[in-house]
Amino acid sequence: MAKVTFDTDVCKGCGLCVSVCPKQVLGLSKTVINKKGHYPAEMLDEKNCIGCASCAIMCPDCVITVER
Amino acid sequence: MVVFEKPKSLTDAQFHYCPGCTHGIIHRLVAEAIDETGVEGRAVGVAPVGCAVMAYNYFACDMVEAAHGRAPAVATGLKRAMPENIVFTYQGDGDLASIGMAETVHSAARNENITVIFVNNAIYGMTGGQMAPTSLPGQVTQTSPYGRDVKTAGYPIKICEILAALDGPEYIARVAVNNVKNVRNAKKVIKKAFENQIEGKGFSLVEVVSSCPTNWGMTPVKALEWVEEKMIPYYPLGVYKDRSAQEVEA
Repeated sequence: MAKVTFDTDVCKGCGLCVSVCPKQVLGLSKTVINKKGHYPAEMLDEKNCIGCASCAIMCPDCVITVER
Repeated sequence: MVVFEKPKSLTDAQFHYCPGCTHGIIHRLVAEAIDETGVEGRAVGVAPVGCAVMAYNYFACDMVEAAHGRAPAVATGLKRAMPENIVFTYQGDGDLASIGMAETVHSAARNENITVIFVNNAIYGMTGGQMAPTSLPGQVTQTSPYGRDVKTAGYPIKICEILAALDGPEYIARVAVNNVKNVRNAKKVIKKAFENQIEGKGFSLVEVVSSCPTNWGMTPVKALEWVEEKMIPYYPLGVYKDRSAQEVEA
């Protein structure tokens, strides 16, 4: 199963990862605010993640690590 | 198995760029090219003036800061003095296409064996969103509030087309980072630009069409849509010159 980890405090909440996810399993947090003051990206539906790494490829801040 | 992680040639420093700025993606692609071509330890970067002025904090290789626009001239000196090193410059459109135009054209004409990464976001980002030489006709910026008027401000400069007309340069290509497919392609092209230098082929320039959400006044996602709708039609993607490939065909 694919495992996606976020370096949450580095995230700037730009939402590019959310916009390119083909399975739409990512979202911006509605409850957490990180050290930078942004709503960071988070995994909403890990079961449906296919580990394609599209999110990580579009992330401008190298927040995302993808394992499969 | 790790499918994707931060490349080793980037330091742990966090980028100062605005949320959604594609500089981060392009930094990563350059770092991946350094990792994959195995030139870490002998790569030397030249940082520009502009948003990427602090690029020296982010690349885990030797970095030099050049005066505004003079990165290709500094890179020329570095490469000639230390030909075993792999020298690249990382410049924006205000740096390369405006104040540094002379250095760019002449280093290309001399076919200096360096790699130039040119980030074109059609605006002066660091100084607050003024009109750049690459701003599109009709584009609203701080200094063109009614849109760029080509009667007074002229037309955008298309660097790849200009340099491809010269006999000197080895490799001139334009890529974009507005979607996953284009980022994957950009990675290949940037890697090739490094390989050309390793093989001693000469001047390679990769123009990367990118976005500036803050100064364009858009969300990061909308800005990438604007790249697709407005910038790519004006700045068509592709390889404009690849002398070695052309010689093989001929």
